[in-house]
Amino acid sequence: MFDARDYELLAHVQLGLPLCPRPYEAVGTALAMSEQEVLERLNRLKQQGLIKRLGVIVKHHRLGYRANAMIVWNVPEHLIKALGQRISQFSFVTLCYQRPIQPEWPYNLYCMIHGKDRQTVLAQLEQLNADCEIEHLESTVLFSLRCFKQRGARYQPIDKPALVHG
Amino acid sequence: MLTPLPSHLFTPEQPLSDALQITPLHTRLLNDFQRDFPLSPRPYLEIAEHLGVSEADVLTALSDLSEQDYISRVGPIIPPNQMGVSTLVAMAIPPEHLQRVADQISARPEVNHNYEREHRFNLWFVLIASDATHLQQVLDSIDLETGYQTLSLPLVDEFFIDLGFNLDLPHV
Repeated sequence: MFDARDYELLAHVQLGLPLCPRPYEAVGTALAMSEQEVLERLNRLKQQGLIKRLGVIVKHHRLGYRANAMIVWNVPEHLIKALGQRISQFSFVTLCYQRPIQPEWPYNLYCMIHGKDRQTVLAQLEQLNADCEIEHLESTVLFSLRCFKQRGARYQPIDKPALVHG
Repeated sequence: MLTPLPSHLFTPEQPLSDALQITPLHTRLLNDFQRDFPLSPRPYLEIAEHLGVSEADVLTALSDLSEQDYISRVGPIIPPNQMGVSTLVAMAIPPEHLQRVADQISARPEVNHNYEREHRFNLWFVLIASDATHLQQVLDSIDLETGYQTLSLPLVDEFFIDLGFNLDLPHV
């Protein structure tokens, strides 16, 4: 678990580390924390899995990965974990998770494939479906078209809950 | 030690007059440092020494990549629902109203990753709020403001271990 100071630290660094020789010192100065404390806390958060990875966050689209497909399947509940783990192993899969089935949305397993073009992504999907033997499952592919807004997940600090308008 | 890469590997979305000339250093920074960024007092120096360049070279290159929008930041990826609660939301909007509704939704601070997708459910976005009550308030408020129904699909389980994105570049 993490404490209020961890939370403050994560809320701060999620916007990006400063590009200066001693970024952790700069973060510490902003939060009245020593450089050493910043490093210790980040190390622990990483070990605990509260930071999944720390590094350069690239923009797929800008790097020529223009085709982004979200693929959804209707998977029997007892198979979903094993299948999710299997799908995650494909090098071209960038996300894989389970979400609840809804009356107007009969799908519970999701994965994302980022590729250079649609044809490549569809070929990769065909390979995935064949290898996992799931061609028979009810499924749909949703390619992204316009991007209206994109930014990393930003979490609201505990002491400053976001105002809800309307 | 760093050999140049064929320039066709990086074709900007549209030719920009100020487009960045991608160097082997940029490529290494993009591909090799998506995880395990050094947790030491001089992380950029550590990377620089690893790549055989100066700390200033690394800082300049990262700042160029950021300015030209090749990277969003150097920072952490935090798993969903660790700090606050989140959900994926789908909406089915008539095409002629999509831009207006998308703009209304993008304007909210709780919204990330707002995309049009090819489906009857054509608008998809992620909502992040401080707690479940706040999340529900935002959903209700979107229904009210846009006049269309939100379909909330919260995370049940995540299978993927995010190790970054392999850019499929030749190793140099």
